[in-house]
Amino acid sequence: MLGIVRGRIARGGVNASSLQKIRNQSLIYASSRSYSSASKEMTVRDALNSALDEEMSADPKVFVMGEEVGEYQGAYKISKGLLEKYGPERVVDTPITEAGFAGIGVGAAYHGLRPVVEFMTFNFSMQAIDHIINSAAKSNYMSAGQISVPIVFRGPNGAAAGVGAQHSQCYAAWFGACPGLKVLAPYSSEDARGLLKAAIRDPDPVVFLENELLYGESFPISAEVLDSSFCLPIGKAKIEREGKDVTITAFSKMVGYALKAAEILAKEGISAEVINLRSIRPLDRSTINASVRKTNRLITVEEGFPQHGVGAEICACVVEESFEYLDAPVERIAGADVPMPYAANLERMAVPQIEDIVRAAKRACYRSVPMAATA
Amino acid sequence: MAIWLRRSRNLAHYLKAEKGFWKVPNQTRLSPCFFNPEISSSATLTGENCGNPPSFLGNSPTLFGSRRFESIKAGREELDLEDENGGHQNQAMDFPGGRISFTSEMRFVSESPRERIPCYRVLDDNGHPIMHSNFVEVSKEEALKMYTSMVTLETMDTILYEAQRQGRISFYVTSIGEEAINIATAAALTPHDVVLPQYREPGVLLWRGFTLQEFANQCLGNKADYGKGRQMPIHYGSNKHNYFTVSSPIATQIPQAVGAAYSLKMDRKDACVVTYFGDGGTSEGDFHAGLNFAAVMEAPVVFICRNNGWAISTPVSQQFRSDGVVVKGKAYGIRSIRVDGNDALAVYSATRTAREMAITEQKPILIEALTYRVGHHSTSDDSTKYRLVDEIEHWKTARNPIARFRKWVNGTGWWSDEDESELRANVRKQLLQAIQVAEKAEKPPISDLFTDVYESLPSNLCEQEELLRESIKRHPQDYPSDVPT
Repeated sequence: MLGIVRGRIARGGVNASSLQKIRNQSLIYASSRSYSSASKEMTVRDALNSALDEEMSADPKVFVMGEEVGEYQGAYKISKGLLEKYGPERVVDTPITEAGFAGIGVGAAYHGLRPVVEFMTFNFSMQAIDHIINSAAKSNYMSAGQISVPIVFRGPNGAAAGVGAQHSQCYAAWFGACPGLKVLAPYSSEDARGLLKAAIRDPDPVVFLENELLYGESFPISAEVLDSSFCLPIGKAKIEREGKDVTITAFSKMVGYALKAAEILAKEGISAEVINLRSIRPLDRSTINASVRKTNRLITVEEGFPQHGVGAEICACVVEESFEYLDAPVERIAGADVPMPYAANLERMAVPQIEDIVRAAKRACYRSVPMAATA
Repeated sequence: MAIWLRRSRNLAHYLKAEKGFWKVPNQTRLSPCFFNPEISSSATLTGENCGNPPSFLGNSPTLFGSRRFESIKAGREELDLEDENGGHQNQAMDFPGGRISFTSEMRFVSESPRERIPCYRVLDDNGHPIMHSNFVEVSKEEALKMYTSMVTLETMDTILYEAQRQGRISFYVTSIGEEAINIATAAALTPHDVVLPQYREPGVLLWRGFTLQEFANQCLGNKADYGKGRQMPIHYGSNKHNYFTVSSPIATQIPQAVGAAYSLKMDRKDACVVTYFGDGGTSEGDFHAGLNFAAVMEAPVVFICRNNGWAISTPVSQQFRSDGVVVKGKAYGIRSIRVDGNDALAVYSATRTAREMAITEQKPILIEALTYRVGHHSTSDDSTKYRLVDEIEHWKTARNPIARFRKWVNGTGWWSDEDESELRANVRKQLLQAIQVAEKAEKPPISDLFTDVYESLPSNLCEQEELLRESIKRHPQDYPSDVPT
């Protein structure tokens, strides 16, 4: 970690605040670095389950609510074992009414409980979106601090596999636009544990966007992360892979794709820096800008629709703050601008693939003609 | 004149006097089963379950233990019912949800009852208590506080409405015609009961001690406004009065109230949640979700529907086709009552009783208070465009709830005409002064633009505030002079 800090200073253009942030990052990750080769692995599902378990154990006000979270052990088994351990008053199986249980969760939070509300997928959150935005996000402001809403809305977000348009939309951009909300998107098990704990402890409403396909994926995990007091800061991105030629930002499942793309690019002599956003709102603009100032090129990757997406916001903030540092136009890799089709071949075409990221990085490095030039 | 006031505290006593509404045995007992499981109240449904909580929950019977298993046992109760459908008593079928007797007569339950659910009232239109009425006694002090509050509410509404018309505030919503609901329900609660209003219940806040100055501050959005100038007028909210900030979207407070009640239930507090909504609000999805959920979760919440006949320009005949709102409670398995919303004593009694039931039995109660919205929907509305002026006048005069209650307090000798004119003059003076003071007060500071979005001020908002301040310094002529930095 320190080696990198020295390297950055040598290259210049690092200001005091980003240096401080690098130092802070190194403090958090210094110990985990030495354990990075630990043999212990954990699936994202278990990471989420253990985080829920520990937070419920630590604070009796935390309770879980949603469809099938109790007896069924959770639609995706994220809340497995919790009903048995904590009883039906803290693991509440709800009737089928997203608007209903989101509203009830908000009301409970108004009165001092700390609900973790599960949407079977975030597609169904649209049926409750008035409560998420008008009741949860805006209440602290509109009540002038009298009503705080320490609620977490969580569930799988974005494309799964073969589930069609009404089960595949990514809501990061929609919720990320709203002041009053915090929006998180974990990738690895460490992210899942640390961010969910942070979300539950946070006094503000948090939208926690998981990914169904990541639930079963295993990641190495250190002893520090397994500790019940482990917590990640909200609003800080993580540099998953250092690089110097092009910055690739991604969140959730696309981080995995970006890392694979970076491997392929490395073989061709392009050193890509992969940033795992972790937090959609607040967006870690300083980490992104510091990276772009180093590499001078940016690709944003997301699964969601391109218009008004997360990539659009990242591009705007980089243009606002680091325009002179850009050597190539910013490119956004996003899902196709169509409702998600079902047929496997069509679905594959509608979601970014690793090759798309590789090609975009090459265009940014002028290994091939940039998209903007062909327009 | 001696007035016979019966102190009817015992619910069972009440219900005997009624025409046998409640046929199902378990509903007639005030079984405090969840607080004292040792009491097995004579083989009722709730008693059965409470005595033996399911073993996996451990030894201590919890508030929530029996919930899961009720549906399986519910069916047995059905066999005790007298069968009105000509059903075969000893032939019953098991289905998920319970045992049910069947009938070979194909009979549709009618969509409109022969008789509508009757409406509970205590005082007649002349303010005289109806003979043999059951109601909860009210002391002189309480009665006078109720009356003076109703007058204060009416005066406040009239003057602030005028202020909007004069351009001094941007918007206002009156509760004219619904003063009895506002004040009498508030009087029946304790300060610990949590209130989630719609927006036509400022009287509840008034009763709890919100001053005329505080109301005026919110309407004028000045520095002293507890809402820091962020809300439209009438969106009052006060933590210390246990009155949640008014929120514009209709009916969202209904499931929220259930959530808050769940929180009270977990804390085992001797308090309930009370939430208000109008006839129009019952059409929202949130009404369905909230009531359904409250019944399933057994939440101690009292739902009060102010059925005032109009939702802006939509009359109730276009809002629903059921027998009002009271019958909807039954559909969700919620005990309900219909009450004359313009009869302060009836509203008081019903609310007081509902509150006790909600807390001791840990279940939701629905009150439909029938009334009339005398005023326009808001200052943005002219209701003479869609309803008859005569109709409005009739309810404003002949059916006025304040006049009716006044006749009663006059009749008891507790209130005189001198008291009346003194009160009205006083309140009017206080209000006019409060508005003047509120108008002259400073507006909220610029920092209030950015705080409370989150619990702590994030860096990007800090930056934005700095940028704004710099901009104001550089271009003062572009900014209003009355915004303090």
